[in-house]
Amino acid sequence: MYRYIVTRLLLAVPTLVGAAALVFVLMRLIPGDVCVIRLGSGGAHVNQAAVEACRLQLGLNEPLILQFLHFLWNYCTFDFGISMWSGNPVSREILTRLPVSLQIAVMATVIAVAIAIPLGTISALKENTWLDHVVRMVAIAGIATPSFWLGIMSLVLVLDITYLVTGKPWLPPIDYVSFWKDPLSNLSMVALPAITVGYRYSAVTMRMTRSAMLEVLREDYIRTARAKGLLEQIIVNRHALKNALLPVVTLIGIEFAFLIGGLVVTEQVFNLNGIGRLFVQAVQNQDNVLAQALVMLVVAVFVLSNLVVDVLYAWLDPRIRFS
Amino acid sequence: MSVRTGVWAAAVALAAMTTIPALAEGPPKRGGTLTYMIPADAPPSFDGHRETTFATVHAVAPFYSVLIRVPPDNPASTTEFVCDLCTEMPKPTDDGKTYTFKIREGVKFHDGSKLTALDVADSWNRIVFPPNGTISARVSFYAMVDKSEAPDESTVIFRLKRATTAFLPALADPFAWIYKKEIIAKDPHWYEKNIMGSGPFKFTAYEVGQAIRGVRNPDYYHKGQPYLDAIEGIFADKQSVRVDALRGDRAAIEFRGLPPSARDQLLKEAGNTVVAQDSDWNCGNIITFNHKKKPFDDVRVRRALQLAVDQWKGAPALSKIATVRTVGGIVFPGSPLAATKEELQQIAGYWPDIEKSRAEAKRLLKEAGAEDLKFELTNRNVDQPYKYVGTWLIGEWKKIGVTAEQKVVPTGPWFQAMRGGTFDVVVEANCQSVVNPVLDTGKYLPHTVFPENFGGYDDPKSIELYDKMQLETDPKAQRAAMRAYEKHTLDTEAHAIVMPYWYRIVMARSYVKGWKISPSHYLNQDLANIWLDK
Repeated sequence: MYRYIVTRLLLAVPTLVGAAALVFVLMRLIPGDVCVIRLGSGGAHVNQAAVEACRLQLGLNEPLILQFLHFLWNYCTFDFGISMWSGNPVSREILTRLPVSLQIAVMATVIAVAIAIPLGTISALKENTWLDHVVRMVAIAGIATPSFWLGIMSLVLVLDITYLVTGKPWLPPIDYVSFWKDPLSNLSMVALPAITVGYRYSAVTMRMTRSAMLEVLREDYIRTARAKGLLEQIIVNRHALKNALLPVVTLIGIEFAFLIGGLVVTEQVFNLNGIGRLFVQAVQNQDNVLAQALVMLVVAVFVLSNLVVDVLYAWLDPRIRFS
Repeated sequence: MSVRTGVWAAAVALAAMTTIPALAEGPPKRGGTLTYMIPADAPPSFDGHRETTFATVHAVAPFYSVLIRVPPDNPASTTEFVCDLCTEMPKPTDDGKTYTFKIREGVKFHDGSKLTALDVADSWNRIVFPPNGTISARVSFYAMVDKSEAPDESTVIFRLKRATTAFLPALADPFAWIYKKEIIAKDPHWYEKNIMGSGPFKFTAYEVGQAIRGVRNPDYYHKGQPYLDAIEGIFADKQSVRVDALRGDRAAIEFRGLPPSARDQLLKEAGNTVVAQDSDWNCGNIITFNHKKKPFDDVRVRRALQLAVDQWKGAPALSKIATVRTVGGIVFPGSPLAATKEELQQIAGYWPDIEKSRAEAKRLLKEAGAEDLKFELTNRNVDQPYKYVGTWLIGEWKKIGVTAEQKVVPTGPWFQAMRGGTFDVVVEANCQSVVNPVLDTGKYLPHTVFPENFGGYDDPKSIELYDKMQLETDPKAQRAAMRAYEKHTLDTEAHAIVMPYWYRIVMARSYVKGWKISPSHYLNQDLANIWLDK
């Protein structure tokens, strides 16, 4: 197992280098540069001497190949560079935002799993009954509804309902406080985004759980288990669900990795200072150094989450070995 | 009544209108924390001398002092400037070329050290003559300054190369914060990441991209101010967040400006718990033609496109949905140097009879052989008001048979298209802080003189007219020279089309008192005069 993990980690290196080269080239294909945006985006006249001084400071006049080699070397030494926009170390920019994104991702995943697996299983077990139809309707609505729209609507609803009940509209806090500092304030801010993201996430997972369960429930070994008189509960929990979870776990892993950097609009709607919002800012500001680091972070999260999923496979299905 | 007297009378009336509610507000109350929204992600740095974004001003201005400023009690004035760190506004000597400022006694930086004229002169030298390795974004504003010096601890002298009416407004620049000389000497970049000023609030905390906080400076030199105990600026670039925050009372005010739809929504949903202040905005969109591309090198084509636009009917209609309102020429409408409506109506594109105007436009296009003109209108990927203005323009041009396709691009490529001269016609932005018509209208000079003009034309006559105007110090003669420069720019040569000026709408909870709107979101942001009626 350990050998497998080490091999997988080593195989991630070419993936990371490929992603690095790709993002390096793509960011530089966008016309314009950070200095002009920084000095002129307010609509003020851009002073050319200031732009040139800024470019010199940021090393934008260096040949591209040198910039790329610097970038690769710095990553090898775990130096992720300095943000071209803020002048802060990229690691600081990311570490400031990571807890928010991580918290939302974990909470949304917990919500999704808690809803999706029981409901997906029930839906499969009660196939084509009214219960199945209701669950499927909830799932399809979740897939069809964009999280950001649901987010905006939930905020409006909270404002309207609190206004109707108390006469004073209430809105969740808009500046993030760490859970360890003020749990109540923290939860009142992140609960709504976690629920709205978790709902869409659960809808996708619910559909996958249902279809995987339906497939497994038609397998010969389930029929055999029933024929030998095993309790239905044992059949479902021990034999069907565990096997049906393989594709579900894969989906959860991919979705979790996506949530780390992909909650762009949801983070904006709830004013969450997370990785997704930072990503958009970095691209808008043409902060190449920061954008590169964020892409690398997301790639790394994807690689790691896939690895975790693969390891979970072995636990879920003893037939799978990594020798 | 002469034009100038009329403009002044209007200015006095406006000042009176903005003063009356202040008196009605009653005596200021002490205490409380003002939470306000900053509609941006985060300022690139804290150094006002190098940055141009309002995000830096809204976040950091409360921690700093300036030498002079627009009057906090009447920031709508476009001609009045008052002391902040100085004791009284000086009368220029040496034929208008020397300004001597006396600096207040007893002003302290937040670390307790004394602020002197040496700090003031040093900060200004850094702005006007930036040393190698430092960036001063507005250095071009101060081309008239020969030197600034502090002969003693309480005097700062500015010596100019020539007398000009542009100097005092330039000196009131809201980014021109006074830094501590000793700190700058040790590390010229210290102020990019750190804050240490002498303003009404002391910096306490900054969470990157989230919030900035400060507490009352008990040693502030304007007695009694600030009224607030603390301030907290929360960054939120999404408009819906800011509107909801105001409605839910998570924030008390947003200083940049919201569109009319947001104002209407808030007034409807929050009733009298919110109030609106509005003002013409010293920002606008300019439509620039690329003279290096055919057929825009032909003045008849440019003039035809100018004549097709019905500004007088379009502006009121647009103002219902977009942050634009007042029709103006090259000078901000609130300035004494601005054209009156009657004067504007003599210029192509502002004629009162739009049918006559469009008939002339069609004739010019036919004469130029450009009847079926098709081109690309490059625009910035920003809703308010860029895309609204662009879409409206396309409709106006369609009325003379011209087909324009709007190409909306992000900020970086938008700048690149302008700087690289790859556009046909572009929707530009021209956003200034202090109303300073002499400097602000430099935008219309050819690229050889003003590098940020992207029209790509040579026009010696334009330079001659501008120079005559900028060297003039008699208000009446300067106004006449400005008209000649404006007529040449917009009518004779039709170098650009000036779109209706932006309109600033600031929403606040009704308990926020003392703050007055100005024609720029960069001005009046030290928050010293705000108090909460709770």
